[in-house]
Amino acid sequence: MIMSGGLYSTEAQDFDKTLDLTRVKPYGDTMNDGKVQLSFTLPVPAGPEAIQAAKQLLRSMGMDNPQVVFSKELTPGFTFFNCYGVLQHTVNYSTIHVPRVESQVMDMQQTDAYIKEHIGRKLVMVGASTGTDAHTVGIDAIMNMKGYAGHFGLERYEMIEAHNLGSQVANEELIARAIELKADAVLVSQTVTQKDIHITNLSELIEMAEAEGIRDRMLLVCGGPRISHELAKELGFDAGFGVNTYACDVASFVAQEYVKRKMKK
Amino acid sequence: MRESKLGLDFNKVESARGMAAEIAGQVQRFVENYTTVAVERTLCRLMGIDGVDGDGIPLPNLLVDALKERGMLGDGVLRFLGNAIYLTGKRPQQTAEDISQDVYDFSRHQDLSLSDSDIGEILRPYIEQSVSAIKARRQNREQNIKRLGEGPRPYLYVIVATGNIYEDAIQAQAAARQGADIIAVIRTTGQSLLDYVPYGATTEGFGGTYATQENFRIMRKALDQVGEEVGRYIRLCNYCSGLCMPEIAVMGAFEGLDVMLNDALYGILFRDINMQRTLIDQYFSRMINGFAGVIINTGEDNYLTTADAFEEAHTVLASDFINEQLALIAGIPEEQMGLGHAFEMDPDMENAFLYELAQAQMTREIFPAAPLKYMPPTKFMTGNIFKGHIQDALFNLVGIWTGQGIQLLGMPTEAIHTPFMSDRYLSIENARYIFTSFKNIGGEVEFKKDGLIRKRAAEVLDNAYDLLERVKQEGLFTALEKGFFANVRRPRQGGKGLNGVTRKSALYLNPFIQLFKGNR
Repeated sequence: MIMSGGLYSTEAQDFDKTLDLTRVKPYGDTMNDGKVQLSFTLPVPAGPEAIQAAKQLLRSMGMDNPQVVFSKELTPGFTFFNCYGVLQHTVNYSTIHVPRVESQVMDMQQTDAYIKEHIGRKLVMVGASTGTDAHTVGIDAIMNMKGYAGHFGLERYEMIEAHNLGSQVANEELIARAIELKADAVLVSQTVTQKDIHITNLSELIEMAEAEGIRDRMLLVCGGPRISHELAKELGFDAGFGVNTYACDVASFVAQEYVKRKMKK
Repeated sequence: MRESKLGLDFNKVESARGMAAEIAGQVQRFVENYTTVAVERTLCRLMGIDGVDGDGIPLPNLLVDALKERGMLGDGVLRFLGNAIYLTGKRPQQTAEDISQDVYDFSRHQDLSLSDSDIGEILRPYIEQSVSAIKARRQNREQNIKRLGEGPRPYLYVIVATGNIYEDAIQAQAAARQGADIIAVIRTTGQSLLDYVPYGATTEGFGGTYATQENFRIMRKALDQVGEEVGRYIRLCNYCSGLCMPEIAVMGAFEGLDVMLNDALYGILFRDINMQRTLIDQYFSRMINGFAGVIINTGEDNYLTTADAFEEAHTVLASDFINEQLALIAGIPEEQMGLGHAFEMDPDMENAFLYELAQAQMTREIFPAAPLKYMPPTKFMTGNIFKGHIQDALFNLVGIWTGQGIQLLGMPTEAIHTPFMSDRYLSIENARYIFTSFKNIGGEVEFKKDGLIRKRAAEVLDNAYDLLERVKQEGLFTALEKGFFANVRRPRQGGKGLNGVTRKSALYLNPFIQLFKGNR
């Protein structure tokens, strides 16, 4: 019954099938077919009206030929949908510019060699998961000896003195420790992002660093699954590291940025 | 002779258990000389003290802090309250209110010399009231399970974490209708470090919902309701961890919670709570949980979120042994010990599934009566929900294969957000499909002699044995200082909550310890 909506339809594909980067569309199996999959729950009971409601929403999102391929009432009054549609919107890819960390990623040996050659002493990095955030997984992935997914952590680096303060560290405590340890860089991890608590927390750190007069004395770097370099810059950090970044990304950035700034002075 | 599908050396298992008993005994000799502000606040609650003052400060905190300031805490709050009743004839709740209004005359307590048995007599009606309230809750649970029945093991355990207890109740009822057996209300981030328990119903939280007695009541009612509807008893779980372990335990005992996260070491390692504080608190909290018939869950699975799941598997087993012995000392029977372990190996590692299977089977055989708590993959969940759903499926396969007690269902959206209603549905569907499809596989398949699986189990046991030997020599406190568990080092005098630890005086008394231990 639900399969009859055209999943296997042989409808004419009379659209332009050449890639145009000024008008990019989602890709299913044919250029510019616009195929999108989506799932969501509506707070309504299951039935034909629910399916109709889901389809109307898909149309409002800009999808032609909306299809509800699966629906299920999760509990009375809440229905879950798996849907497909053909998106009409396009995006101009050719004009997109996303700021990114402007450093060359080096591996551990290269970074150690770079620090030896250009700085001649160990760089001190102090890291923590701050505020009420109890997750250590992010900061540990970057700092612990073992590292994560085959990338050694900062503690393993010969030329980095890494201090992992753990989780639930107050911003003032992090700053106090950074001053005490003469940190060259402060690394902040934020995992919990409900109600944008990470934004509040990260902004507070910057304000405190400025109030303490140390903002220009050390690099401030943040990371976490919901953090991008763009967001980090916006909040006043020197860099931000999101998903699929590792200790080597952080270490390379700090080392190169440190040298860049020292050279300017 | 116990049968082992893994060819485990049970003599070695028993000597490991013996070493863990010695380690736990050393800890207990320390614990018995001390009390904490959390233990004393718990006793206030057992005397019927509840509520907050005009600034929202809980009355148990006000009373205990007042005694601490006056150097009276070492005698214990029960001696103080016994004396107060003798002097004023007022109920403990009224005494606490008088203290909160600063109209209580502490000087009258000087030169009082009531005997322990006098105090016991004076407090008897209050003690009996709270003990019978907890007993009634326990009987109520047992009757409901008999009348309604319960889901087969492994129990399906899911979390709700909206921050709003009323929204949580809707999510929890939906999950029960979908097949969940246990609902855990995740606590708001940061609650573990509060040295008080918030009061009343709450609707705001980050990544979870405050544990309060009123929230417990609201959720218990919602689960009782849906339990009648689905014809299955639905268990409620919360967190006896952090700085208020025993207080949360007693609130749960009053409100009919069924499962509590209650680890002896978790707070030390992962919340940087002082080790003396946690070890003293865990004892009384577990005593309450044991008496209330609550299944405790231990948190060894967390070790593998910081340490490597393959290399450090033995630390989980060693800690399970220690947690088991500490729980036995506190009067928790094996049937209430949800000892923890986890499916956290790197999915890219060759034969990772076989090693997970070996370790889960090994844990099952070493703790045959315990309703083991098996944790899903979290560390290697990436945001690729499609792969994550398969990782959870493999985890579920190990769960049914090795007869785990409590299967903490993984969510495909782990590492993205706290679960949507639909995430829970997909996870429960995943588990039910696999549990049905593989129902009797554990009885059908044997493991090859000298094969990878048997060798892995033996290796983990050997390493755990060696670790226990070292911990026994050094003592648990030193082992924690040296980072034996989860690669985390904690100083004996460091961490949060040490200033809440007080040495018991010769006058100290706590009759609940005997009551909870003996009279079940």
